[in-house]
Amino acid sequence: MSTTTQTDREPHAGEPHRRPVVDTAQYVLAGFLVVVGAYVVYDATGLEDGFSDQPVQPYAFPYVVGAVLVVLGVLLAIATRRGDVAEAEDGEDVDLTTGSDWATVAKLAALFVLNIALIDWLGWAITGAVLFAGTAYVLGSRTPVRDLAVGAALSVGTFYGFYVGLGLPMPAGILDGVL
Amino acid sequence: MDLLLEGFQTALTPTNLLFAVIGVLLGTMVGVLPGIGPAMTVALLLPITYNVSPSSAVIMFAGIYYGGMYGGSTTSILLNTPGESSSVVTAIEGNKMAKVGRASQALATAAIGSFVAGTIGTVLLVLLAPTVADVVVKLGAPSYFAIMLLALFAVTAVLGSSKLRGFVSLFLGLAIGLVGTTTGQARLTFGRPQLADGIDIVVVAVAIFAIGEALWVAAHLRRKPLEIIPVGQPWMSREDWGRSWKPWLRGTAYGFPFGALPAGGAEVPTFLSYITERKLSKRPEEFGKGAIEGVAGPEAANNASAAGTLVPLLAIGLPTTATAAVILLALQSYGIQPGPQLFSAEPELVWGLLASLFVANTLLLVLNLPMAPMWAKLLQIPRPYLYAGILFFASLGAYSVNFAAFDLGLLLVFGLLGLAMRRFGLPVLPLIIGVILGPRLEEQLSQALAISQGDVSTLWGEPVAVVVYLVIVLILVGMVASRLRGGNGPSGPGGDPEAGSDASTDRERLSA
Repeated sequence: MSTTTQTDREPHAGEPHRRPVVDTAQYVLAGFLVVVGAYVVYDATGLEDGFSDQPVQPYAFPYVVGAVLVVLGVLLAIATRRGDVAEAEDGEDVDLTTGSDWATVAKLAALFVLNIALIDWLGWAITGAVLFAGTAYVLGSRTPVRDLAVGAALSVGTFYGFYVGLGLPMPAGILDGVL
Repeated sequence: MDLLLEGFQTALTPTNLLFAVIGVLLGTMVGVLPGIGPAMTVALLLPITYNVSPSSAVIMFAGIYYGGMYGGSTTSILLNTPGESSSVVTAIEGNKMAKVGRASQALATAAIGSFVAGTIGTVLLVLLAPTVADVVVKLGAPSYFAIMLLALFAVTAVLGSSKLRGFVSLFLGLAIGLVGTTTGQARLTFGRPQLADGIDIVVVAVAIFAIGEALWVAAHLRRKPLEIIPVGQPWMSREDWGRSWKPWLRGTAYGFPFGALPAGGAEVPTFLSYITERKLSKRPEEFGKGAIEGVAGPEAANNASAAGTLVPLLAIGLPTTATAAVILLALQSYGIQPGPQLFSAEPELVWGLLASLFVANTLLLVLNLPMAPMWAKLLQIPRPYLYAGILFFASLGAYSVNFAAFDLGLLLVFGLLGLAMRRFGLPVLPLIIGVILGPRLEEQLSQALAISQGDVSTLWGEPVAVVVYLVIVLILVGMVASRLRGGNGPSGPGGDPEAGSDASTDRERLSA
């Protein structure tokens, strides 16, 4: 019933397993859970008693949820120490036999941040196209002109789709008056 | 019966028929496509609830649900890399069949089996859901509270290989559900007015399903293309029919009850069906080399369980699968509260939906048999475009909620959480169910205690509540017992160590 499926993500996976493999990164997750749980509890300490028609105090649920999160974090840390390795999710396009390519993820996240920063100013019709072309490029597409064209068609298409089809005018940003 | 006929009148209007066709096609498409599933698709389509009538939207979403189930099997037969956990078992025999040149027969038995199981499952749903709703509508808040606890607990503890990770996921979801000012005071809002109404569940769902998945795939994208087995027109010989029809029926018998249980899911019944067919087969030696029974049974179980999950969704308002959870969100965005009152409050919607399930099933059969070769071609879509498209539509989906850049920020944060969840093997479903049911749990508890004027004993004052708590204790005891017998696994949420009592039947059900 344990979940110790060996995933060859550690660079030294070739060596024989004399001592249990420790999934060090899982300590980070455990720490994250403790921090989130502690913050939930801390946030709840700032709440006042509810009104007289509130039989369940507003801080009751947060106390329970926060405390359990802290306990789960500690349990996860203990399990990690005992050699519990996460069973990473598989999928059609997922190849777990090679290492993780975090640089690609970082680039995608950067494109996301760019979209967030610019969307109010430039509008979805532009940032959406950039988002599509940019992510396609990061993921290995090498036809930037075509990607941009496809992206622009998608973003302008969805802009009008929302406007005409759903009656929802999207903020047009810099193209206000043009679209 | 009259109600169902009226339902057909709703479902067969040209508009709704069109939505059913779109739903079925879209569902099959995303079922076939890697990296995107029915839950994500429905989540991305939630904006249409702003301008489309509830019946049409729900009919389309149901079509996507059924279509996705079917499309998933195509992928696992032709690729041997099942995208959804429910089609893992189909891949075992299905891909072997495809490799020896029987892809057409595998696809045919999957399609026809899905139709048979889906139709029987829908009949059972029509018979069962109103009855369950009639019973449930009489229950008070204490019983609801208990049933919700059971659903949360069962989805977390029964599914998935690691209980500890299930609970981690669930409590993260519950924490997300706390955000907002529902109690009159701001909880976990970080002083941001955008969080006063809570975190929009659409944003959470899209982030966890779509962004998390796309980022995870991006970190592990296959460098060499997968081998796809070409396929012609699906067909079956007389012998294949003879070998398929019993597994279809047995698969349905496994699938529907499991789907209808609060712990739902298609993993257990598909697996049980596979084991049964292997045992009953006159040619057990063919298993592992491409036995058609091994595709027919699990595929039927898969689809029957999809129909089964609609029983708790419609009759109690409890989602037990990711797609059901997102469909629930869609209903809520119309201001419709799924639950026992649904049948009396929204008869047109409910019966239209039920009737449309029959329509969707028929459409799937009619469309999918001739279109199988075309669906197979979808597997060759360039991956950069596929995942760029997913990120694009996910951003659009989150942005469309309020047209606020803030939501896109939330999308990224929760997308990274979704990525981490996939890295650390945290199941997605408990988190989503936690976000949805957490606030409702608090509401029911408040209601129960308000009526009893703070007397806690009201919580076990209703017989149904007592039974439900007993079931929870039984599952807990079963878990502890199986742990004690199966050696000391490292993980576990430290349940009461009151093992020793005989819960072996329960245990077998859990460990199967």
